[in-house]
Amino acid sequence: MYALNYVRPKSLAEAAKFLASHPEAKLLAGGMTLVPTLKQRLARHSHLVDIAQLRELRGIEVKDGKLAIGAATRHHDVAISAAVKKAIPALAELAGLIGDPQVRNLGTLGGSVANNDPAADYPAAVLGLSATVVTTKREIAADDFFRGMFATALEEGEIIKRIVFPVPKRAAYAKFHHPASGYAMAGVFVVVTAQGVRVAVTGAGPGVFRWKAAETALAKSLKPAALDGAALKVDDFNEDIHVDRAYRANLVRVMAKRAVAKLAARGR
Amino acid sequence: MAKVEIKVNGVRHARNVEDRTLLANFLREELGLTGTHVGCDTSQCGCCTVHVNGRAVKSCSMLAIQANGAEVLTIEGLAKNGKLHPVQRAFSECHGLQCGFCTPGMIMATVGLLKDQPNPTEEEIIHGLEGNLCRCTGYINIVKAVKRSAKLLRGGKR
Repeated sequence: MYALNYVRPKSLAEAAKFLASHPEAKLLAGGMTLVPTLKQRLARHSHLVDIAQLRELRGIEVKDGKLAIGAATRHHDVAISAAVKKAIPALAELAGLIGDPQVRNLGTLGGSVANNDPAADYPAAVLGLSATVVTTKREIAADDFFRGMFATALEEGEIIKRIVFPVPKRAAYAKFHHPASGYAMAGVFVVVTAQGVRVAVTGAGPGVFRWKAAETALAKSLKPAALDGAALKVDDFNEDIHVDRAYRANLVRVMAKRAVAKLAARGR
Repeated sequence: MAKVEIKVNGVRHARNVEDRTLLANFLREELGLTGTHVGCDTSQCGCCTVHVNGRAVKSCSMLAIQANGAEVLTIEGLAKNGKLHPVQRAFSECHGLQCGFCTPGMIMATVGLLKDQPNPTEEEIIHGLEGNLCRCTGYINIVKAVKRSAKLLRGGKR
């Protein structure tokens, strides 16, 4: 790791002010991606601005059909939250599938979403549930937030405060995880709302994306078999040491079917 | 340089270290607590697992300064008055180890797991130890040791 300076601001305003005057500084929350990246010298920052302990960024609240989760809330706290389990059980389940217990004890919702790793779990929930990303500057709809591999709509110095998830009728997540890293080789989040069906896919493409052909198919028939003929564009799918495009495409379809099958057991 | 103050196994320590110092290195090199092992150094293997404010974390993936003001528990802090902690005892009795390198991390992860799930099923044990690797592949006895740990802890026997 290159030498750096650590600062722990006392408020969100202080953190934002620090970032504005230190262009080479970087926000640190759980550090579950950032610290390993720094150790490998893949990144170099003048300062780490630790916002993990800011009270303003913590907490889980359900109000008016919406579930709001503070950006610095740990994956473990989302996974065990009675409020999350009641409002959106698939979201609690997803949080409990991230990495491993030690990672879930430090990693945060905001960190995962801001990083937008193409194989991370949370982006699938945020996009699938059509959540709103609330930052220090504005509110960003999920459909406008994710911009491909490690890219988001966040501007320099903009900090995620919380994420607001509309409570759906039903939702389910199915994931094929890489056995060593815990990342999704394919993860599919399926959501049913009064407006229709949304299907978000992570782990397969250069970033999380909506599988619109599947949404159309499921709107007609909410059954796993409805996905058999749904077209899936795979030109930009990841090919790596683990699997090729065709294999990943099959994983996406199978995970989507599993998620739809789970929906049936989650009637409300 | 940063002044790091951490309560480790009940004792307050203060050291001036570089900001980039990892918690694992702080424990091993500054405090001489070498029971916390560094295996992969890439946050995969879990050998470096310690508890920070009661939660299991990988100390190779956290800066010491992030734990400033926190309470840390390491493998050295488990035994009380010369008596092994029930989880240590269970790992010994069930021979939940082969070479022993992963053992401190396995034990710290097990203590964390049993705090959340005092009576885990075999599947929950396997899922709960996902962050820890045994390169000897001695998982059968490790799972046995976790089951025995749970029994000892529930029975309150030391």
